[in-house]
Amino acid sequence: MSATITLEVARYRPEEEAEPSVQAYEVPYREDWVVLDALNHIKDTQDGSLSYRWSCRMGVCGSCGLTVNGSPKLTCATYLSDYAPKAIRVEPLEHFPVIRDLVVDIGDFLVKLKKVRPWIIREDERPLERGEYRQTPAELEAYRSFSQCINCLLCYSACPIAGLDPNFIGPAAIALAQRYNQDSRDEGAGARMEILSQPDGLWGCTFVGECTKVCPKHVDPAGAIQQYKVAAAVDAIKALLLPWGSK
Amino acid sequence: MNPDAHATREAAYTPYHPAWYRPHMSVFWWLHKGPYAWFVLREMTSVFVAYFAVLLILQLRALAEGPEAHARFLSRLASPGFVVLDTIALFFVVFHAVTWFNLAPTAMVVRLRGARVPDWAIAAANYAAWLVLSLAVAWLLTRG
Repeated sequence: MSATITLEVARYRPEEEAEPSVQAYEVPYREDWVVLDALNHIKDTQDGSLSYRWSCRMGVCGSCGLTVNGSPKLTCATYLSDYAPKAIRVEPLEHFPVIRDLVVDIGDFLVKLKKVRPWIIREDERPLERGEYRQTPAELEAYRSFSQCINCLLCYSACPIAGLDPNFIGPAAIALAQRYNQDSRDEGAGARMEILSQPDGLWGCTFVGECTKVCPKHVDPAGAIQQYKVAAAVDAIKALLLPWGSK
Repeated sequence: MNPDAHATREAAYTPYHPAWYRPHMSVFWWLHKGPYAWFVLREMTSVFVAYFAVLLILQLRALAEGPEAHARFLSRLASPGFVVLDTIALFFVVFHAVTWFNLAPTAMVVRLRGARVPDWAIAAANYAAWLVLSLAVAWLLTRG
């Protein structure tokens, strides 16, 4: 049986059109094909002008995130068979400016990511001869899940706050801040709190919870943000009750 | 997206790159997806929580004014309008409480002997506290 399936792909060609349009492509239907395979088939055999991002094809690089039938998905991990025989609608990630076809601009996210200083901050670097910073399995477990983020931005696409308030620092950036806060080697929690306790930081989140549901790496950004809020509230109460305290 | 939409507006350029398409969110964004509608419903039910809080404050005021004022307050609450309103409010307050208890494990990370307490146990502890407090209040009310 040479079955086919229809892909309705969002096109945006800024030289020709002011708004995106939809182009339908018939592709062979194969059970072991993911949406990205179908897009590659279109690009190779039907329409070389179709633009989209991809790289690793194995859920590690985080570049093939698209909106598939209205939900943000990694297209390398989304099978045609989940939607067949109905047509599949493929659109760019929501809440990002579209550069061309399925390619969005993520520059804004990169600026936000840098703001939370997602790297290990030390007050004093240990001299090299003292060896590496060692961690117990429990200390690793404290931040391991948050460290799985691949910056695919499905969470920004799922978050209505990220769409409504362009200044909101967003789920992945906060989860990555939490990843370093929870790291036993890190001493930068205070510096990060100063940035994230701003109105566009933590408190922008209203706990819709969709970021966690769409995350392909089970990072749980919604959990990270709510736990961060609890920490921020405890800090504030401590500062109020114990103004002479250590911090 | 309308396939003919590009005919309605001319393509524009910025000096540095072809115009990016910036999608706008409709004010009805929360109707577009089930989970968004659920979220907005959950948030809106807080209005009924506030209503119950105000009602409680008014009742305390009536109580402070004396037994007569309190009796008047109670008879007003027994009117059909208030009974209907309070029934609706109770439904939404319970909805609010249940949805928040179910979300509590996401915000509360409790570690016991190195292991994270499972989500269901956190939620169960919240429900148990709710039950105990409700029973205590019921006992206070029915005692005399």
